[in-house]
Amino acid sequence: MTQSYRIETGGLINRNKKISFKFNGTSYFGYEGDTLASALLANGVHLVGRSFKYHRPRGFFGAGVDEPYAVVQLYRNGETEPNIKATEQELFEGLEANSVNCWPSVNFDIGAINNFLKIFLPAGFYYKTFMWPKSFWYKIYEPFIRKAAGLGVASTKHDKERYEHKYEYCDLLIAGSGPSGLASAYSAAKNGAKVILAEDKPRYGGSLLTSDVNIGNQSGKDWADGIISELKEMPNVIVKNRSQVFGYYDHNMLVMSEKVSDHLPKTKKYHPNKRLWYIRAKEVLISSGSIERPIVFGNNDTPGVMLSSAAKEYLKVYGVLVGKKPLVFTNNDSGYETAIEFKKHGVEPIVLDSRSNPQSEIIDEAKNLGINIKDSYVVVAAQGYKKVKSADVATISEDKKTLGKIENIVCDCICVSGFWTPTIHLASQSGNKTKFNEEIDAFVPGVSKQNETTLGAANGVFTLEETLKTSFEKGKELSKKITDKDNEISIPNVVEKKYSKHDKFWCVPLPKGKSYKRFLDFQNDVAVSDVEIALREGYRSIEHVKRYTTLGMATDQGKTSNLNGLQLVSEIENKVVPSVGHTTFRPPYTPISIGAIVGREVGKHSKPTRKSPIHNWHEEHNAVFVDAGVWLRPRYYKRGNETLFEASKREAKNVRTNVGVCDVTTLGKIDVKGPDAAEFLNRVYTNAWLKLPVGKARYGVMLREDGIVMDDGTTTRISENHYHMTTTTAQAANVLSHLEYYLQLVWPELNVNVVSTTEQWAGAAIAGPKSRDLLQKLFPKTDVSNEGLPFMGYVEGDLFGVKARIFRISFSGELAYEVNVESDNGRFMWDKIIEIGEEFQIQPYGTEALSTLRIEMGHVAGSELDGRTIPYDNALEGLLSKKKDFIGKRSLQRAAFIAEDRQRIVGVVPLDKKTSIPEGSHLVKDANAPLPNKKLGHISASCWSVEHDNPFSLAILKDGKNMIGEKLYVMSPLKNKVIPVEIVSSHYVDPKGERVRS
Amino acid sequence: MLHIKCPHCGMRSQNEFSYGGDATVKRPELNKEVTDQEWDNFVYNRVSPRGKHLELWQHLSGCRQWIKVERDTATHEIFRTYKANEEIA
Repeated sequence: MTQSYRIETGGLINRNKKISFKFNGTSYFGYEGDTLASALLANGVHLVGRSFKYHRPRGFFGAGVDEPYAVVQLYRNGETEPNIKATEQELFEGLEANSVNCWPSVNFDIGAINNFLKIFLPAGFYYKTFMWPKSFWYKIYEPFIRKAAGLGVASTKHDKERYEHKYEYCDLLIAGSGPSGLASAYSAAKNGAKVILAEDKPRYGGSLLTSDVNIGNQSGKDWADGIISELKEMPNVIVKNRSQVFGYYDHNMLVMSEKVSDHLPKTKKYHPNKRLWYIRAKEVLISSGSIERPIVFGNNDTPGVMLSSAAKEYLKVYGVLVGKKPLVFTNNDSGYETAIEFKKHGVEPIVLDSRSNPQSEIIDEAKNLGINIKDSYVVVAAQGYKKVKSADVATISEDKKTLGKIENIVCDCICVSGFWTPTIHLASQSGNKTKFNEEIDAFVPGVSKQNETTLGAANGVFTLEETLKTSFEKGKELSKKITDKDNEISIPNVVEKKYSKHDKFWCVPLPKGKSYKRFLDFQNDVAVSDVEIALREGYRSIEHVKRYTTLGMATDQGKTSNLNGLQLVSEIENKVVPSVGHTTFRPPYTPISIGAIVGREVGKHSKPTRKSPIHNWHEEHNAVFVDAGVWLRPRYYKRGNETLFEASKREAKNVRTNVGVCDVTTLGKIDVKGPDAAEFLNRVYTNAWLKLPVGKARYGVMLREDGIVMDDGTTTRISENHYHMTTTTAQAANVLSHLEYYLQLVWPELNVNVVSTTEQWAGAAIAGPKSRDLLQKLFPKTDVSNEGLPFMGYVEGDLFGVKARIFRISFSGELAYEVNVESDNGRFMWDKIIEIGEEFQIQPYGTEALSTLRIEMGHVAGSELDGRTIPYDNALEGLLSKKKDFIGKRSLQRAAFIAEDRQRIVGVVPLDKKTSIPEGSHLVKDANAPLPNKKLGHISASCWSVEHDNPFSLAILKDGKNMIGEKLYVMSPLKNKVIPVEIVSSHYVDPKGERVRS
Repeated sequence: MLHIKCPHCGMRSQNEFSYGGDATVKRPELNKEVTDQEWDNFVYNRVSPRGKHLELWQHLSGCRQWIKVERDTATHEIFRTYKANEEIA
């Protein structure tokens, strides 16, 4: 295919490098430096998609971030990405893209029938139609809407690309590299300030790339190139292109998305696809420029209708003619610039100006070039379906209400200019109170909330001379405050054309008897008539009109539609625009890849993984792991074809009959040290701690101030002023913060220090009737007899040359010990235990067997201490000291907590002694009672009792104390189970606790 | 993301801190008789002011100190930060 719309020379593209690409399956050529949009236009392709609601043919409207329609699905290196603007996507070799919103193809789209049904699809159509019958929503309406709508499809594959996050601090962040951005960056950098200059496009310079101006005796572009190369040499400046500052957050934090690899066929090795910058700036200069505003007329969405600035950009930057018979429709002088560019390249434009007899330098230039100019003329409607073929035009009266006789002009594109709208998104996001500027009919930044200044066109200043002057000065002034340097900068002289006043005219009236769709919001298919309906139906607040009609929503965020929408509402409501106000601008300014937001926190990096020093042994011995907080713990050790159920039963049984060993390294450990440590523990725990002797451990329960159990664990007095506290794996971090809170804020007079030692110690629990025999062999020099090391005793021992702490504590109800060594010796300890334990038939056991053992014994754990239970509920009221005060004690007097029929832990056994009880099931009195069946309690934990060889569960049951022996039902609608059960004591094994003391 | 000046470490990003609620609440002394109302006020009842608010934050991923932050809940402006034991001006 030939690029029949590419001019012979000119533009900033590299004509020496041809690039091939595919669009909707057809191959084309473009040049290096093209965007997908410019390359398609060079090939005469205007039809890129179908509109959101009516499936009308759509082309290109802008040339950059302002593009509302040309959204495509991109394919790159085996990946696909939706919601890509063709005007922003740079061309690379092998690029493939498809249209969205059309089926089966963009040329023949079945959904286009919506266009003929449009009378049935007015504003609020979805709200009105898809409401009833309710049952239709999931089955019919939603799938239909999902299929019909959307801006492409997300990939269902794992994203192979890599994304990075970067944190940066700077003195000045400058968003936009147009004249104001360059000037302010330059003077700030000269003063030694740390500057970040961000440009969303690949090329620096903003409007200087397309405007016909002269700065310091150079063209605008050459001046921009000079400044950029000077800035790039400075060590205190970061200059970034393809980088969009899209969000302005609290305390001057801005987020910028840098496209690192999007313009390449394939991401370079070790490079990210995108990089998200979190930038904390002392000062922010917003030089985001302005976006041309459309004028609303009939069928103004036809492919070939586009912003006049876009047509100029395609010509000057890419060397592409958007048409060969252009019609320029303008209400200000900007349209003439575009017309002059066309004329310079041998194309004859016709200019329609809504003003009567406008006078200015640039109009004179156009006239001198012999351009056909029609004053007081407007485009009434574009004609043509998939491409503009002609335009119905007419004269318009001075009051803009009456049209003259309709004439038809043959043309192949309509370049429209309705003056300029400052891009105030970032300023508004920062909390700036924007104000309406009557001069330019648009909102501009007003009073700043944060350290932010808006410069140039974004601030409503459209002359280059003033922009450069204020920007140089502002950059100098702000940097001087920070660096205390004040370098003189000479402001270059500027040659530019003077503009005349624009016409406050934005919408062409409908001619009598015609019902053309006149679109305000192109992306969301919102027409003038839709807003009229919304107002007729009583919507008044602009925020409500926005949501009802979808005006200014979605990825476009009203870049081209906002002001015309406001004009319409104010006109109908007979108000002025400032009193209508504008809707809230929200970040992101432009769509950002989810991948960029997620960054590196994917897959195994989504959260840290902690492994015990014994982890490798577990792996070598077929451990199946389970997540326990951030830790990986062995759930069971698989032998042959064993299931989880079989393995955990074997492991638990072996603890009850021989001896087992479990890696308990993950338990939270906190060192509590200081002369007041005992007093502190006495306040933190519910039981008494002042008299605990050195070398003894004690089980303790700590509450929150509201009386709910926070955590439990054993704490051992290692020496006079040194305690070793253990917490549950899950609560370790919270408990440490809790202790710090009381020490730092509530009782600062206590001389105590706390520090986490979780990772300093590796721990092994050795449990079972043969555990003492094993321990004696591990520590031959230590007296581990029942007298030498009684239950809840503590000694230090020597494990073949390694210092060890030995605690006689039990979580399984068996005779048991816990041995701790420094983490680095963890594997050594474990190997020794396994090696010497062989003669006692030792087996490692995982968390599943650990649970079985504790459930049988009625020991509470996380599933009972669930943030809703008090000590009584867990049968822990024996640990509540009556003599002293402690955290949360006063709350235990609350009426609900002392109620006679308060919930309490019980054991649950199925009557058939066979059926396993699902955790989370409800306990009810009558299985056949009408719904909702009153719940008496819930199953907190279930196991297969290895002692009794039948299922056993723990439950928190209302009036549990008096329910022992009752017959109830367990109901699990989720598993469709109803199980008759008997309530028994929660201590199902060794209720007197003889084994642990044996 | 807020930028909070830890009185011990200097300016740090919000993601190093965790929020700890109203800093003006005072725990009743230990072993002291308190009415239900007094206790409820301590445990549950909080005002949620729009505007200046003295709150607790812990510099969790830093020095682990609990600090007091005077912040405007509507604008997020931070007026001052205090050490745990510092007199509030």
